[in-house]
Amino acid sequence: MSESRHDTPHLPGPSLWPIGFAIGVACLLLGLVLSWIIAAIGAVLAVAFGLLWARDVTRDVRGEVPDIDPETRAVSDTAAAVAPVAAPAPLPSYTRSRFLEASTLGLGAAIGAVVTLPVLGFTILPSFTNREESEADLGPLENFPEGQYVIASFLAHPSQGEVSRRTTFVRNNGLTEAGVPSFTILYSRCVHLGCPVQPNGPIDEQAAKEIDGVELRPVLAQSFGCPCHGGLYDAEGNRRAGPPVRSMDRYTFSIRNGRLVLHELYAVGNVSGTGANATISKYPWSTPGTHVDGIEAWLYPIVPSQVTG
Amino acid sequence: MATKSKKDQIVELAVLAPLDWVDERTAAVRGTKWFLFRNVPRDISWAQTLGSAALTAFIVQTLTGVILAMYYEPSAAIDPVTGKPVAYSSIEAITNDLTLGWLVRGMHRWGASVFIILLFLHMGRVFLFGAYKYPRELNWITGVLILATGMLMGFTGYLLPWDQTAYWATVVGINLNGTAPFAGPWLAEFLATGPEIGADTLPKWYALHMLLLPGALIPLIGIHIYLVTRLGVASPPWSSEAAGRERPEVQPTGARAGLVRGSGGRD
Repeated sequence: MSESRHDTPHLPGPSLWPIGFAIGVACLLLGLVLSWIIAAIGAVLAVAFGLLWARDVTRDVRGEVPDIDPETRAVSDTAAAVAPVAAPAPLPSYTRSRFLEASTLGLGAAIGAVVTLPVLGFTILPSFTNREESEADLGPLENFPEGQYVIASFLAHPSQGEVSRRTTFVRNNGLTEAGVPSFTILYSRCVHLGCPVQPNGPIDEQAAKEIDGVELRPVLAQSFGCPCHGGLYDAEGNRRAGPPVRSMDRYTFSIRNGRLVLHELYAVGNVSGTGANATISKYPWSTPGTHVDGIEAWLYPIVPSQVTG
Repeated sequence: MATKSKKDQIVELAVLAPLDWVDERTAAVRGTKWFLFRNVPRDISWAQTLGSAALTAFIVQTLTGVILAMYYEPSAAIDPVTGKPVAYSSIEAITNDLTLGWLVRGMHRWGASVFIILLFLHMGRVFLFGAYKYPRELNWITGVLILATGMLMGFTGYLLPWDQTAYWATVVGINLNGTAPFAGPWLAEFLATGPEIGADTLPKWYALHMLLLPGALIPLIGIHIYLVTRLGVASPPWSSEAAGRERPEVQPTGARAGLVRGSGGRD
């Protein structure tokens, strides 16, 4: 008798009380930091559930008969002789090892995702969020004589230094027919591959000045050329020759207290007319080299500035 | 058994016994022999050394790059002393002030071109000799990935001096990527960290250049060399030997066979 007792593995029956015990201990530890009330509640829980657990575990030793549902298979075996019964249920096709395999893989994937997704997000998202260019104040309107281009260069992000220097070609067009001030403000980045476009004309270095960190240099130019690959634009920024795929980008602007303020960049498909009477086909800004109109624009259906504003 | 000579006894005690000890626990000696002691076709030539040459160039790049990283600072902020960006100032210091810095930077700068040139020569040799054919297709595929990663290494490394050449070359390079259909504008803004190159671009490209891309390139090279070792060197198209040659049975007499000339295996 005692021999067979030693042969069979002796395990205590399943019990849910340890969960309560663990919660009690956690509560007690939290209470040490937070408040003695929580600690007291935790202590009570831990003691209560600990006693229940101990009662469960020692049931065998104390000789108490556990309350277990009787085995039902034997009943059906004896009943088989009397009445035909359904075939014994097939073995579960979802075995323990398959469950463990799936839960290991699933848990691993979940842990991996918890670690990877924030990292991936931090890798990619900062490039597309919080990207509003700060406004640039180009100074009093008197510095922009009507009908003449002025090269205005400024730091878009003064804290970043020279790397954020932007150069624009600003022309005061006077008033539109509606009596609204009109400016043509071309961005010097070539819309082929981003090289610095230069005005084709003499710069009036005598009249050059610097006001509040903005360099202003009047220039006599009716066209703009790019030194890298020979792109050529006319006075309205329309492509005249070379590889650029659209017209030069422009800045939106406002006039505040008699000063010219630049806002955001936009892409231009084509400009018809000149100066104050020009009709500009305006598109969300996109990378140089990408088409904004025509059939090729289908190659760039969604550009980042369309999503992020 | 004849008594061993004095030399054999020393070799046994000082070389073979420790190697046996290591090999029994790691199989490292057998592995090294598997890697190095293999048959090559009789009629190979200098053309088959281009891969090893490219590997050597890569090792030079790795070593010089690690040393340059000790002195280079990937920051676009202005150095208050020099009045120039910190990155450019640190390149100037490496080139002009630090002892032998000019040499190590020069090795890294010119070695980059050597590496790419050797990759292309190696690729051309493999193509013209038909060495990409069965069973070596995966050698070719991993080789192409190595070439692409190596080109990205060159692309990202070019920005790091943070001078006018670096800046404008990278502007054009990013915008070239930007013209790719659909994903192009997104790729360009990811590379520049925003619509245009800014102060964040430089540390990002530094991390790509010295952490992410080498992390991809080194395992690729490892797989490539494993495949070469496993499949052997292809004989040239004009060879009279069979194209594929069986590997010799590895170490028929144990780990030590053939390691020391005139000893081991036969005593």
